[in-house]
Amino acid sequence: MSNEFLEIKDLKIHFPIKGGFFNTVKDHVKAVDGVNISIPKGTTYGLVGESGSGKTTTGKAVMGLNDITEGEIFFRGEKLSGKGKKVGVNRDIQMIFQDPYSSLNVRKRVFDIIAEPLKNYESHSKNELIEEVLKLLERVGLPPGSLYKFPHEFSGGQRQRIGVARAIALNPKLIIADEPVSALDVSVQAQVLNFMQEIQQDMDLTMLFIAHDLGVVRHMCQHIGIMYHGRLVEEGTAEEIFNNPQHIYTKRLIAAIPDTNVEKVESNLKLRQQIKEEYDQHFAEYLDDEGRAFPLQAISDTHKVALPVKG
Amino acid sequence: MIKFTIRRLLITFPQLVLLSVLVFFMGSLMPGDALSGLIDPSIPAEAIEARREALGLNNPWYIQYRDWVVAMFQGDFGQSIFHQRPVMDVIGSRLMNTIWLSVFSVIIIYVIGIPLGLISGRYKDSLLDSVITGYTYLGFATPTFVFGLVVLWIFGYHFGVFPTNGSVGAGLEPGSVDYILSKINHLILPSFSIALIGLVGTVQYLRSGVIEAQQKDYVMLARAKGVKQVSLYLKHIFRNAIIPIAAFFGYELVGLLGGSIFIEWVYAYPGMGALFLESIETRDFSVANVLILFYGFLTIVGALLSDIILSIVDPRIRIK
Amino acid sequence: MAKHLLEVNNLTTSFKIDGEYFPAVDDVNMLIRENEVLALVGESGSGKSATAFSLMGLHSHARVSGEVLFQEQDLLKNNERKMNKIRGGNIAMIFQDPMTALNPLMKIKHQILETLTIHNTKRKSEREAYTIELLDRVGIPRPERVANAYPHELSGGMRQRVVIAIAIANRPKLLIADEPTTALDVTIQAQILDLIRELQDDLGSGVLLITHDLGVVAEMADRVAVMYAGQIVEVAPVKELFTNPQHPYTRSLLNSLPSEELLGGKLHVIQGVVPALNKMDRDGCRFAPRIPWIGPEAHEHKPELREIAPGHQVRCTCYKNFYLDNSIDQKDMERRVEAGQMDGKKGASVSNE
Repeated sequence: MSNEFLEIKDLKIHFPIKGGFFNTVKDHVKAVDGVNISIPKGTTYGLVGESGSGKTTTGKAVMGLNDITEGEIFFRGEKLSGKGKKVGVNRDIQMIFQDPYSSLNVRKRVFDIIAEPLKNYESHSKNELIEEVLKLLERVGLPPGSLYKFPHEFSGGQRQRIGVARAIALNPKLIIADEPVSALDVSVQAQVLNFMQEIQQDMDLTMLFIAHDLGVVRHMCQHIGIMYHGRLVEEGTAEEIFNNPQHIYTKRLIAAIPDTNVEKVESNLKLRQQIKEEYDQHFAEYLDDEGRAFPLQAISDTHKVALPVKG
Repeated sequence: MIKFTIRRLLITFPQLVLLSVLVFFMGSLMPGDALSGLIDPSIPAEAIEARREALGLNNPWYIQYRDWVVAMFQGDFGQSIFHQRPVMDVIGSRLMNTIWLSVFSVIIIYVIGIPLGLISGRYKDSLLDSVITGYTYLGFATPTFVFGLVVLWIFGYHFGVFPTNGSVGAGLEPGSVDYILSKINHLILPSFSIALIGLVGTVQYLRSGVIEAQQKDYVMLARAKGVKQVSLYLKHIFRNAIIPIAAFFGYELVGLLGGSIFIEWVYAYPGMGALFLESIETRDFSVANVLILFYGFLTIVGALLSDIILSIVDPRIRIK
Repeated sequence: MAKHLLEVNNLTTSFKIDGEYFPAVDDVNMLIRENEVLALVGESGSGKSATAFSLMGLHSHARVSGEVLFQEQDLLKNNERKMNKIRGGNIAMIFQDPMTALNPLMKIKHQILETLTIHNTKRKSEREAYTIELLDRVGIPRPERVANAYPHELSGGMRQRVVIAIAIANRPKLLIADEPTTALDVTIQAQILDLIRELQDDLGSGVLLITHDLGVVAEMADRVAVMYAGQIVEVAPVKELFTNPQHPYTRSLLNSLPSEELLGGKLHVIQGVVPALNKMDRDGCRFAPRIPWIGPEAHEHKPELREIAPGHQVRCTCYKNFYLDNSIDQKDMERRVEAGQMDGKKGASVSNE
């Protein structure tokens, strides 16, 4: 039993690799290999990593979209997972997807898209459904006239709102947002980010925010975990991660973000070069024999780093 | 590459076993057995029973199946009930005829179809493209045997330029030049009838493949490199567009081997298709059965052929 | 002052929508000097990629007019044969998505050799070795092996390096980079940007960098042109643009980015959407509908790009009295704007062709 709202304990997700002559299971891709995350109620946890780091796989596991090899997921203190299979679908956990263009069924009207989860979990008359969907549209800032339109009639930002409306239709308590703004233009991104914050406050949502854009994560999240190769290399408050990164991988990631501050360009580039050299020289020391991060060690109440274990 | 091919061959093996088991059981489900046709009411029941025993018809099914398979490997496919001759004899010459017809048709399909498809895609929306596309629509709408009949009537009867039935002229020495020419002469109408309808799929597939490839990023990059139109199409667009066609070759050939039934019938061409229809009509199940086995075998081999061709033309398929 | 490398005058590129042509690039002028990086910034549908493709003469179904002066010739007047000599030769291009930019059926070395052969670079016997050299130059480890690989055997970052190797193969004078790092992870992006910077130094070439990422602009550019709805709305040296932005669009864009000062706070939102090609008022200030709190009297009719300081040009007069307004009820605002423009999206997407 735990006080955390969402708690992921030692999560492992391994996918089999088939190969060889008879196409047998040769090995496993350890997409997620021992991840611990806990998210307090009402906060946003940013899970950051490059492609292939296992961040999306982790998010999907919480949604019940991936088989879990090992580990447990607790939601409001209740255990969700069973070893070797998917966790059950929970109406209080919903997901917002990366690409609003492909995550909406193009043949369905907005009404059907948003009403679908309602139909699945609750029984409503047609009129009640329309009422509900109109309320949701209002909430995400789309005009009532959108009800019977198709996804292609909307812009990217609006489509992402439709995706959000569908996600919040059942009054979820936890939202998994998988790269919700990375397919959007800057101005639209601002719109969606603002709006996600609003919804979070209004509905007292807890959020797992998966992204590769550190700027966005910093803006949205109280806690941040940096993932590399299936494991967390560093975890802490946004402040700690950005102002006092300890793991060389985190340092490099942060140094790689292009800054719009033109006065600092020179010094940023110099710093980036310096860190890259440090990274090239020392990165291997930060990894175990399998090329994975060491277990996290606490260096303050909130700040944990996968520092090398000597010997 | 070799590894892929070998693995692919290995997968074929269980497919063949499954097919043969299915055909075997279908055969045993059919009324009568090898003796039924030979039985004379005057023969005593004990004698028949003894014959059955001697022929192994009382053995358990797996022994019978084994005997059947072994016999097939020795070239013994059983006895035709209708012709009272070994099935292999009945099929023999017909098989060659059908293979000739199919190979001829496939050649025509590719020789005409590929250029038409490429041209149609290359000059999309031009008059030429409209004509070609119009032709493909017509081709899709016309059943092969109707087209075959029309061709037969026009060129066979009206103009009388080609023979209207058979696979070779009478009284010619097999192997002589005249014999071969006569064979080819007999093939022209049926194979064109098949090909001119059969190629519309290839044309449409290729056309959309070319149009799709034109918009690929790598074609843009090639243009940005300064690649000339001609090599742009030859090296970048056509090669990519033609892959699915190349990969379909095995299926296409096999489809024709089994699918020329109606054309063979229209042209009274003594091929396997005609034999198949005949064997069903005359309830010659032992022949029909072997043909089904044969068609099944061809389908498996066609798939194998296609996969191997695909692995040769598309580097992405070659698994390490 | 460095010599002019590329001069673009009144470039207009129109696409056909429902039988009528609409300009996606509308009377664009720009200048790139030798050894200079000009960033062309804008959101999707602004016409920035259409501009790049027009310079290269890569549009097949568009009407292109104006002048593109490069090495004393007008590229738009060139026939295909002459253009093919320039494309990949003195002007080369880097594409956005390395996953799709290479021919899947050709070995890497053949894709590089192709451009060497076309432009007759190096002697025939030396080309293969030069291919390896190029791969090495763009930081590909074990270049001999990669040369014989097919694209699908390489990661995205590696493929982008190959695309860059192809681009620099003939030592171009002008490099057009169309969102070269958008599809890449941030650490790979940093490496690729380093590489482009380095190569540009080496070759002394001019670069037209097309991007929507303002961070990349700040890092890479010498000068910046901001594009909105087919027009350039502001041009300035990079420091000037970021420290003293003038046009309302530039200012709105910069304010919509998450920043250290604003952590967790409300980001500025640009109301409404980019107008569709076939549904925009081409005579007025094109940004006006998105800043409705600025009265019509602040805008000019047929706004022009005017120099307000040396090297700093701004379109329309509305910048003078512009202020960012976040006070208007956003939801209400958006509903009004969107209700009017909802079905306009179809047209705009054409410009990505």
